[in-house]
Amino acid sequence: MRHIFSETWSGLRRHITMVVAVVVTTFVSLTLFGAGLLVYQQADLLKGRWYDRVEISVFLCTQATAGDNCTPGADITDAEREQVRQTLESNSEVAAVEFETKEQAYAEFQEAFDGSPVQDSLTVDQMQESFRVKLVDPAQFEGVVSAVAGLPGVQAVQDMREYLQPLIGVLQALQIAAMATGGLLLLAAALQIGNTIRMAAVARRREIGIMRLVGAGNLYIMAPFLLESLIAGVLGIALACGAIVAMVLFLTANPQVSLQAGAWIGWPEGIFAMVGVAIVGIVLSIVPTIIATRRYLRV
Amino acid sequence: MIRFDDVSKTYDGQRRAALKNVDLEIEKGEFVFLVGQSGSGKSTFLRLVLREYRPTRGRIFVAGREVNRLHNWKIPGLRRQIGTVFQDFRLLPGKTVHENVAFALQVIGRSRKDIRQLVPETLELVGLEGKGDRLPEELSGGEQQRVAIARAFVNRPRILIADEPTGNLDPATSVGIMKLLDRINRTGATVVMATHDSSIVDQMRKRVVQLADGVVVRDQVKGVYGYQ
Repeated sequence: MRHIFSETWSGLRRHITMVVAVVVTTFVSLTLFGAGLLVYQQADLLKGRWYDRVEISVFLCTQATAGDNCTPGADITDAEREQVRQTLESNSEVAAVEFETKEQAYAEFQEAFDGSPVQDSLTVDQMQESFRVKLVDPAQFEGVVSAVAGLPGVQAVQDMREYLQPLIGVLQALQIAAMATGGLLLLAAALQIGNTIRMAAVARRREIGIMRLVGAGNLYIMAPFLLESLIAGVLGIALACGAIVAMVLFLTANPQVSLQAGAWIGWPEGIFAMVGVAIVGIVLSIVPTIIATRRYLRV
Repeated sequence: MIRFDDVSKTYDGQRRAALKNVDLEIEKGEFVFLVGQSGSGKSTFLRLVLREYRPTRGRIFVAGREVNRLHNWKIPGLRRQIGTVFQDFRLLPGKTVHENVAFALQVIGRSRKDIRQLVPETLELVGLEGKGDRLPEELSGGEQQRVAIARAFVNRPRILIADEPTGNLDPATSVGIMKLLDRINRTGATVVMATHDSSIVDQMRKRVVQLADGVVVRDQVKGVYGYQ
């Protein structure tokens, strides 16, 4: 055991510049990979909240709203609301209609801006009632929009998909960019680890030859190399996790960011990303080591 | 202790067999010289014993195991039964004599207590008492080969394989090495030594196995080198 540790230590010292290079590459590639995981979860969170649930929102008039079909200073009447509902339900393009009351809208607002300074800036009465409409074919929204847009008591018709698309598009592009860059760097890191370990194995080939000759076990021979790359890998993982913590802190502690979007990632998503980074990091350091040392261990 | 049953070995990509239909049995405690010109198959024979290669045909038994059927993970166990000495000593230059010998025990997981006992004992056996703190470069060739023999024998293997152990040494030093190998043989270890050194073979009067083109052409008890 003592021998394994002293060999590992001397190996780390002998190749200190390569080890630093490996740590840095691992760190950067894992950070990008982790950032990709965060963005991926962010996009999912946004989609999960609205995108798949609702395609068109029909907002109804309140006392505070103004618009072509609203009577100023008055809520939508029960008859008008019923007419909107029937128009929607009888339309063959509509798959499902859900009614959201002011209280529900308020509750959702409270949840979305939990902890934010704007949380208490609105009251229940200021919220709008709405119909949430799911379409049979999301592409065919014009017919439904024009069927209800002119009805009395309808303040506005909003296609949520159109509204969310740019944000989700940006997130998806970010996600792909982060994952692709991270993936390329992960490949570079794997090759670099493999090369470093191969160098270390060449430097120790006399020892390895004698170890094999006197009957040392393969695991025993490999242990210093595995430890060496694991130490470098764990350093890289630790730094990458630090970067992820910094990102999550920035997002959760910055009110300007959390104001702009209700559903924003927090610690659970950060921990998920860190676990992913740790798993990938450990595989990344072990697999190239095993491949690089295999030919020196062939009996 | 070592038995070859109709063993042939052809290396990958070569048409000529390195060993052809070798039948040979070496008893426990024997001292055997393996002679023959370069390329006659001596090294191949020794490497097959060590299971560095598998035979193309035939069966090989070493220390009671059929080595060509041995799983890879059992090879270290086989090699712990075999000590090996080479022409070029193969010592670790950065380690002292004591550390070089202790290394062979450390890497197979022997306890420090065993190492403290076995290493000085073995250094004394090979005639290097008091030189444990020297580095290999401070020693003569003969002394370096003694360190290598100590390393090969420190785990008390049942078989000692020596591939041209006197190849780099002058005749007087070689005699000393041969006396040492003979002493080790008398402790009960089986010794197989490949050599080109005719005067040594003639002096020792041990069993001689001669190979030519991969075939055993002579197997003589108390033999002589027998060719020029």
